Amino acid sequence: MKISRSAWKFGMAVGLMAVALTGYGKDELTVVRVGQVSPLTGNIAHLGKDNENGARLALEEANASGLTLGGKRVKLELLSEDDQADPRTGTIVAQKLVDAKVVGVVGHLNSGTSIPAARIYSEAGIPQISPSATAVKYTHQGLKTSFRVMANDAQQGKVLGEYAAKKLGAKRVAVIDDQTAYGQGLADEFTTAAKAAGATIVTREHTTNNSQDFNAILTSIKGKKAELVFYGGMDAQSGPMMKQVKSLDLQAKFLTGDGGQTPEFVTLAGDAAEGAFASSAGVPLLKMPGGKAFSDRYKARFKQEIQLYAPYAFDAMNALVAAMKQADSSDPAKYMPVLAKLNYSGVTGKIAFDELGDIKGGAISLYQARGGKWEYLETVGK
Amino acid sequence: MSLPEALRRRPWVGWVLCAVALALLPFLVEAGLGRTWVRILDFALLYLMLALGLNIVVGFAGLLDLGYIAFYAVGAYLWALLASPQFDLHLPFWLLLPLGALVAGVFGLLLGAPTLRLRGDYLAIVTLGFGEIIRIFLNNLGAPINITNGPQGIAGIDPLRLGDWSFGRTQHLLGVALPATHLHYYGFLVLALGTMFVCIRLQDSRIGRAWAAIREDEVAAQASGINTRNVKLLAFSLGASFGGVAGGLFASLQGFVSPESFSLLESVSVLCMVVLGGMGHVAGVVLGALMLSILPEALRHVAGPLQQKLFGQVLVDPESLRLLLFGLSLVLVMLVRPEGLWPSPLRRPEKQSDEATAAD
Amino acid sequence: MLVRAHLSIFLQQVLNGLVLGSVYGLVALGYTMVYGILGLINFAHGEVVMVGALCALSAMTALQGSGLPGFAVVLLALLLAVLACMALGLAIERIAYRPLRRAPRLAPLITAIGISILLQNLAMILWGRQYHSFPPLLPVHTLHFGGASISTVQLAIILVSGALMAGLLLLVHLSSLGRAMRATAENPQVAGLMGVNVDRIIAVTFAIGSGLAAVAGVLVSANYSVAHYYMGFLLGLKAFTAAVLGGIGNLAGAMVGGVLLGLIESIGAGYLGDLTDGFLGSNYQDVFAFLVLIIVLVLRPRGLLGERVAERA
Repeated sequence: MKISRSAWKFGMAVGLMAVALTGYGKDELTVVRVGQVSPLTGNIAHLGKDNENGARLALEEANASGLTLGGKRVKLELLSEDDQADPRTGTIVAQKLVDAKVVGVVGHLNSGTSIPAARIYSEAGIPQISPSATAVKYTHQGLKTSFRVMANDAQQGKVLGEYAAKKLGAKRVAVIDDQTAYGQGLADEFTTAAKAAGATIVTREHTTNNSQDFNAILTSIKGKKAELVFYGGMDAQSGPMMKQVKSLDLQAKFLTGDGGQTPEFVTLAGDAAEGAFASSAGVPLLKMPGGKAFSDRYKARFKQEIQLYAPYAFDAMNALVAAMKQADSSDPAKYMPVLAKLNYSGVTGKIAFDELGDIKGGAISLYQARGGKWEYLETVGK
Repeated sequence: MSLPEALRRRPWVGWVLCAVALALLPFLVEAGLGRTWVRILDFALLYLMLALGLNIVVGFAGLLDLGYIAFYAVGAYLWALLASPQFDLHLPFWLLLPLGALVAGVFGLLLGAPTLRLRGDYLAIVTLGFGEIIRIFLNNLGAPINITNGPQGIAGIDPLRLGDWSFGRTQHLLGVALPATHLHYYGFLVLALGTMFVCIRLQDSRIGRAWAAIREDEVAAQASGINTRNVKLLAFSLGASFGGVAGGLFASLQGFVSPESFSLLESVSVLCMVVLGGMGHVAGVVLGALMLSILPEALRHVAGPLQQKLFGQVLVDPESLRLLLFGLSLVLVMLVRPEGLWPSPLRRPEKQSDEATAAD
Repeated sequence: MLVRAHLSIFLQQVLNGLVLGSVYGLVALGYTMVYGILGLINFAHGEVVMVGALCALSAMTALQGSGLPGFAVVLLALLLAVLACMALGLAIERIAYRPLRRAPRLAPLITAIGISILLQNLAMILWGRQYHSFPPLLPVHTLHFGGASISTVQLAIILVSGALMAGLLLLVHLSSLGRAMRATAENPQVAGLMGVNVDRIIAVTFAIGSGLAAVAGVLVSANYSVAHYYMGFLLGLKAFTAAVLGGIGNLAGAMVGGVLLGLIESIGAGYLGDLTDGFLGSNYQDVFAFLVLIIVLVLRPRGLLGERVAERA
């Protein structure tokens, strides 16, 4: 009932917007297309939609404030595509966006799709900013068009590993990953950093990104007397996992990466979430100028909470727009050099890229679940 | 009036027309629909090879295989390991393609040997398990010794290369610019046509008849002197080797392989192509493969505008509808044509007599 | 001391396996009943489980403010979910399978896959893409014994699955409906001649299997406190494996296969690393499970208890 009504409302809004825009048409608007790619179907479709929403909000705000490039009034149009988190589909939609002559792309969500798609964008000379692909390799392919606004696995894993060993004082650490590029990559970097900081890895366990039952591996960890459990993976697993940690009476601290630092984690884990630690890239939204306002506008526009990467998608889109404004052109060849040197204040922190396209500095913030909410602890790095 | 007449007298005219049409296709498609569709065609040709390979196992020999994508994965990883910066090996394609076929064929034997006694759905679940086992190994051979890079996958894979002609970038031939997608189309087309030719010849051969005999009644086939063990193993390994070749080509086209490309759902979709097109009928399987690889992409363009037209607005997110319509069309096609879209004309009498005996 | 610690960990792993296995068994019953009668793998069964869980969740959310006592809300929601899934099962049989009963063997497999994709995406549109938090249904207590622990929900899973299984066996072997079901499974034509309404029996089989799926969906979601439109896929696959392991078509086999698979998974995940000195770990848990399956099938091509099933090549 509720859904169909909101669908109606959404439809009405789209209709009204269409009417409003046709009214504008007489003003000689140049339409410039920007792409967004994320999985909109499959088991992380909710995150895919969140990315789309973030990018859409940035684009609508840029349009609303009026964009003039090279003396012409410009209207940005979002082409959002579903890559199903599948590498093959990823390259097909990348080609589709290139065909549609997009001037820039926010995406893809996953590393596994961002990496092969990057070659296609590079060949067409179109800049690609991923809001959430964290595999180190993505920006290390020698392509000038690949950027990201999120710290990569190496940056985040290092901070997490040191935090676990030094700040949380864990000597015996168990590591679990979900056997995906993201989860395994982060867990590997965490392991290296935690060992270097003096911790012992008592066991390395694995699950999958479709699993719900972690009792077997958690029981095994319990037998190894771990003081801290690190999980590399997403909230849909870490939430129920946290619950099972508590019900098995496993006395260990729980730490996870940005995939778990979500409201969903706290909802799914319930009371068991209490005391869990998680990190996220950048500075907390609410500490940033404009962060609270962004979160309010997101809720008002999409009638839901921010899931995970929407602020990064928002920043990625805004970075594209800012570079276009500075270059006074939407031509990728003209604005891409500007983008590479951009210095922009986003809602997740300062957006500036190094020579590979990785975000400079890459501050990591840490949080702890308290009273059903993520409480900010501190920010490590610049 | 005169064209059919001319065709009947000179059959080669038809072949020439077909050849010209196939040669021009990528340019026509690019002009009409955009380069995306040439890329979709490239993948459609890969799926065509896969479906033909699976058709040998399922359609010809009647062995239900739900783990076929494993051979595609083996071929893709073999190419990726031997032609990429991973081990700094860069073998040429004329070595890699036969090697891919060979290694995948061996894996086919590996699957076939322990499962000879199993029939029907028991075979289905074992092959399914085999497919998963291969994928899990690829996903985990990043440690303790790094072979496959685990879930991170292997990037920077060499494209197909003929002499110093790389298929990876735009080439010029007689003043015509041929982008990478078009080059791959031609390369894949040659191999796909070769595959079709082999399949048609196989079907009419002694082995083809032996497969048909096993498919219809294994006990009777054995009684009439067919070495069912060898013939079944041959079906597994031949089918697998086709998958291996297609896998190698996939790796070269993508330039990147990771285990997530070889999930169970891929096996299932190749099986759908075979059954939906018409099991055991080469032309039907070709049709099924082309349809199912193009349909989901076509629905991408249809789901939004269709709603706009029907209801005057977009009620449901087009991306949510796309796969829904895909599922619906699978059901509808099977309800209307349970034998497949284009079943083998030869099999129908067999089927009827089959039912006649069942009723007796 | 050390031995006792090891023992309690082992006991915990066995309990984990039992809980997991009961769920697999409950879902496997649906596969095996349909297979026994139609010789057909009902690939859409996992999605029915998912629909059951999500229906129950919606019903509970709707009834939350009604002032009914907690247990009444839970029972009512469960009942609604069972009814909804029964209707869904009947509809699937009617639309996707009945017209194809005389078609080539693989045709219904494709419609099943189609229905599965359809249900998944329909559920995505209706219930949204996000993971839903699912209430625990029962007051949560953890019982401890011998160093191992089990929650009330987990205990309920084992008990409910066992009871449903026993009930089903009684139904099939003692009631006249059960006799008709067995006759249809043996030979539909002859059963029809003997006055059994074959269509009705097949429909009833689907309804019962789907009702069990709904119960399984609710129990799984309550145990892991999550419901999601994609949850049916993996569960369905595992349950199907369990059904084959036990001997598909055999009711007791489904339960035996389910519990065995659950135990294999949890022992495998728990001890594979230690046994191979860290060379293979829990990442090879599914490889281990499939290898056991392959070995069982190579030795007993009809599964563990599946001797009575007639050849349907």
